[in-house]
Amino acid sequence: MSRLKILALLPLAAALSGCDYVVLAPAGDIAAQQRDLVIISTVLMLLIVVPVMALTVLFAWRYRQSNTEARYEPDWDHSTKLELVIWSAPLLIIVCLGALTWMGTHLLDPYRTLGRIHAERAVDKSKAPLEVDVVALDWKWLFIYPDYGIATVNELAAPVDRPITFRITASSVMNSFYIPALAGQIYAMPGMETKLHAVVNHAGTYKGFSANYSGAGFSGMHFNFKGLDDNGFDAWIASAKSAGGSLGRAEYLQLEKPSQNEPVRRWGTVDADLYRLILNMCVETGKMCQSEMMAIDAKGGNGHQGLNNTLPLAYDKYARRGTVLGPEPTFVAGTCTPDAPQGQTTASIKAPTDFAPLLGAGLKRPSFTPLKSSSFFLGQRPKSDS
Amino acid sequence: MSPDLLKLIFGRLGLESLPLHEPIVVGTFVVVALGGAALLGALTYFRLWGYLWREWFTTVDHKRIGIMYMILGIVMLLRGFADALMMRGQQMLAFNGSEGYLNAHHYDQIFTAHGVIMIFFVAMPLVTGLMNYVVPLQIGARDVSFPFLNNFSFWMTVGGAVLVMASLFIGEFARTGWLAYPPLSNIGYSPDVGVDYYIWALQVAGVGTTLSGINLICTIVKLRCPGMTMMKMPVFTWTSLCTNVLIVASFPVLTVVLALLSLDRYVGTNFFTNDFGGSPMMYVNLIWIWGHPEVYILVLPAFGIFSEVTSTFSGKRLFGYTSMVYATVVITILSYLVWLHHFFTMGSGASVNSFFGITTMIISIPTGAKMFNWLFTMYRGRIRYELPMMWTIAFMLTFVIGGMTGVLLAVPPADFVLHNSLFLIAHFHNVIIGGVVFGAFAGINYWFPKAFGFKLDPFWGKMSFWFWVTGFYLAFMPLYVLGLMGVTRRLRVFDDPSLQIWFVIAAIGAVFVFIGILAMLMQFAVSLLKREQLKDVTGDPWDARTLEWATSSPPPDYNFAFTPVVHDNDAWWDMKRRGYQRPLTGFKPIHMPSSTGTGIILAGFATAMGFALVWYMWWLAALSFIAMLAVGIGHTFNYHRDFDIPADDVIRTEDARTKLLAGAK
Repeated sequence: MSRLKILALLPLAAALSGCDYVVLAPAGDIAAQQRDLVIISTVLMLLIVVPVMALTVLFAWRYRQSNTEARYEPDWDHSTKLELVIWSAPLLIIVCLGALTWMGTHLLDPYRTLGRIHAERAVDKSKAPLEVDVVALDWKWLFIYPDYGIATVNELAAPVDRPITFRITASSVMNSFYIPALAGQIYAMPGMETKLHAVVNHAGTYKGFSANYSGAGFSGMHFNFKGLDDNGFDAWIASAKSAGGSLGRAEYLQLEKPSQNEPVRRWGTVDADLYRLILNMCVETGKMCQSEMMAIDAKGGNGHQGLNNTLPLAYDKYARRGTVLGPEPTFVAGTCTPDAPQGQTTASIKAPTDFAPLLGAGLKRPSFTPLKSSSFFLGQRPKSDS
Repeated sequence: MSPDLLKLIFGRLGLESLPLHEPIVVGTFVVVALGGAALLGALTYFRLWGYLWREWFTTVDHKRIGIMYMILGIVMLLRGFADALMMRGQQMLAFNGSEGYLNAHHYDQIFTAHGVIMIFFVAMPLVTGLMNYVVPLQIGARDVSFPFLNNFSFWMTVGGAVLVMASLFIGEFARTGWLAYPPLSNIGYSPDVGVDYYIWALQVAGVGTTLSGINLICTIVKLRCPGMTMMKMPVFTWTSLCTNVLIVASFPVLTVVLALLSLDRYVGTNFFTNDFGGSPMMYVNLIWIWGHPEVYILVLPAFGIFSEVTSTFSGKRLFGYTSMVYATVVITILSYLVWLHHFFTMGSGASVNSFFGITTMIISIPTGAKMFNWLFTMYRGRIRYELPMMWTIAFMLTFVIGGMTGVLLAVPPADFVLHNSLFLIAHFHNVIIGGVVFGAFAGINYWFPKAFGFKLDPFWGKMSFWFWVTGFYLAFMPLYVLGLMGVTRRLRVFDDPSLQIWFVIAAIGAVFVFIGILAMLMQFAVSLLKREQLKDVTGDPWDARTLEWATSSPPPDYNFAFTPVVHDNDAWWDMKRRGYQRPLTGFKPIHMPSSTGTGIILAGFATAMGFALVWYMWWLAALSFIAMLAVGIGHTFNYHRDFDIPADDVIRTEDARTKLLAGAK
């Protein structure tokens, strides 16, 4: 066995001589705390793993057949004391690790806003965090900076020590947004939004990539993440601004078509509504947004008015769906009621007059104030608010 | 012929579906075709078809079915490992601007096929084969509860394997990763046949697995010999029982989730699409509700094997039998409460993540207890280092590392930095190779003399052992390291040249494992040639403890001339100690099930139906389905289902053994 262990250690020994262990030596506070958890958990488990391995080797050697001096008790098969030890020792470790897990998971929840910039410095409440909207496309990353009105492909930058709030979605299939030096990963999924809060503490250029296989161009789906000082960041923004160009709905629809190993691209202006449209899968004009559909659903469907909206929901686009046995994409052309028999479309669709939700018989209706703008229909889906 | 007619007959299968543009596949095809032709020719030349059909393909004998499962597992191991070698080669080469030698279309199929084959068509058949062979013998039964169903289950598993193999040469396999997450696996993003091959291969094989699970549960619950109460069952039988409970409770989930995916792909439903309110995350939940128990389906029988081997080769009762059983049952139950740990990174809340993280860690408590039980079985024993025991020691040292990294990955914030990285790949190969594969090899070396009457050659066995073990460490320790450098899985090309050295080491490790596999095949061949030297006539070459060693090697068709009566968990040990005398007279006719070809025919039609559905050949699908129903119904009218082995035959068999035993003394 010793030969085997030496072989196992060889790569580790070579490893210590200068490779980039980014997970163990990250540049952001969140990733550093995650690294600490990795190390503490490993040490906790080594408390039991090392004795087990040592005992295995010891017993395997000591009780070998040729060692007739060792005691041999073929019928010894039970010891209550030992049983207590072998169940309680792992239990104790897991109790400690479980407590650590509970705390660590809540403290490092990617949805949780940051309380500190690094171990010694609390967040400066007066400074707003940097907001970045991230979209995983086939096969490149789109970053939209809503506060600055710029967008980039395959390049991300953030000022050192300023908290970053990422809102993350995808256009077609699942990817995972991961910058090991900054913070742990989170999935980017179409029609859904995930969040990540992080901060970078050291200036530098770090790698970011998709950590979930997403198809043919997956290997090339990486980008540079630049941690810059404030001046550097302003200069970076300015250079993006000066790149000119505008990313609107039409340009986005071109951009999201599958392509591989995309170079860095920048746009000086960006449609302020674009991210919301991507998230709600309605960039193409004429499509209903998910948020609208959900608002209609939340109202119980809005009767006939809700029915003719199924066509705009069809989404999986450049890879247009259509199955061999399935029907052609359908939509409701008309409804059938006693007043309007089958085949006859209703002449006109009236807007709903009563917005109050339906409640059980005898229940009082709550007071209802209509919203001032259409933002209720067009707003974020409920999940993203949580 | 008109295109319409061609389409009606062949669906979407055409000449362009053959991967003639992939030289690697064409080369493989030529080799496989030549090898296959040589094999078929040899079988014909030596007039073996009739023998194979009568004695093997149509057999309902659990022992022969068990052996066929093992052969299937080993054959598919070669295919799955070829994929592994190709991946290691690609990742070793694709640096410094090189694209390697595999394009994305081919590489993405390879890693998908590797995962699917290794889990479903290597690990599962090896585990099922061992359970099939050993469990009825260990509980003193003549066969399983439903012998025909057993034959049918085996051939359905083969049918699934055939579909996966067919995808290599006709069309393509899925390019989605082994769990085929939508939306990527949905028709919009995978319009080709790959995912359909995946679906139908797993559906066909899944029927086999589920039925075999039902069969073995019934066998263990109903067919134990007198005196063998639940708490006197051998530990391997216990772990088999738990595994089969897991199979029966979890495989239907897989069947349903794949059925929903196929509805999405065939008739345009929207269970897992992006639009029309579909939810891809529902698929991820469902597939892991099956997928996590699946890991324990594989590893629990391995735990059972290690328990038998440790106690036998330490010459000692198993330490803490009761706690071992409870640990197994606890793992069985807990394995259903942990599935979400496979996707902590999909945005569940902190409390949900913590819950599933902590339940996962709790599993390490019974697993740790098992580890200690093996340790204290060795304590104050007399350990003989035969091959099964060597695999067991290698397992104990390897598995604790895999267990430790597994618990580490169960800490959600740690998983955020390690999820989908090569660290994860190293972890699950660490537990599956270190646990399941080493367990299967321990089991093969342990029970081989029971199945064939001669031991396996120790020299080539040790060669295989050392190459496998060192190869494993060389191949996977670098992946742990790469994971800590933030390298993710399933990448085809790399930018950072400093990583290359680790992939080179890993590739060398894979070559070591390859030599280990070759040495194992060599071990089988050499043992066959030296079978007279390695012969065992006692039926108990290891001085073992459980009932399967009480009968001859190989056991007679009926396993035991008289049903044994059990007084102790180590039944055979107890019988030997109390001076058990083999009965020499009083033999009676023995009632046995008859062979039938229905299983292989049904599975053949099921496979044809799967193939037809992959290619949209609706007429063939309908025809195969009708044929399946007809054969199935027809079989209910087969009244020649059993026969009696005449007492004379039993006497002849037992007398022959008596002579052999006398000669051995």
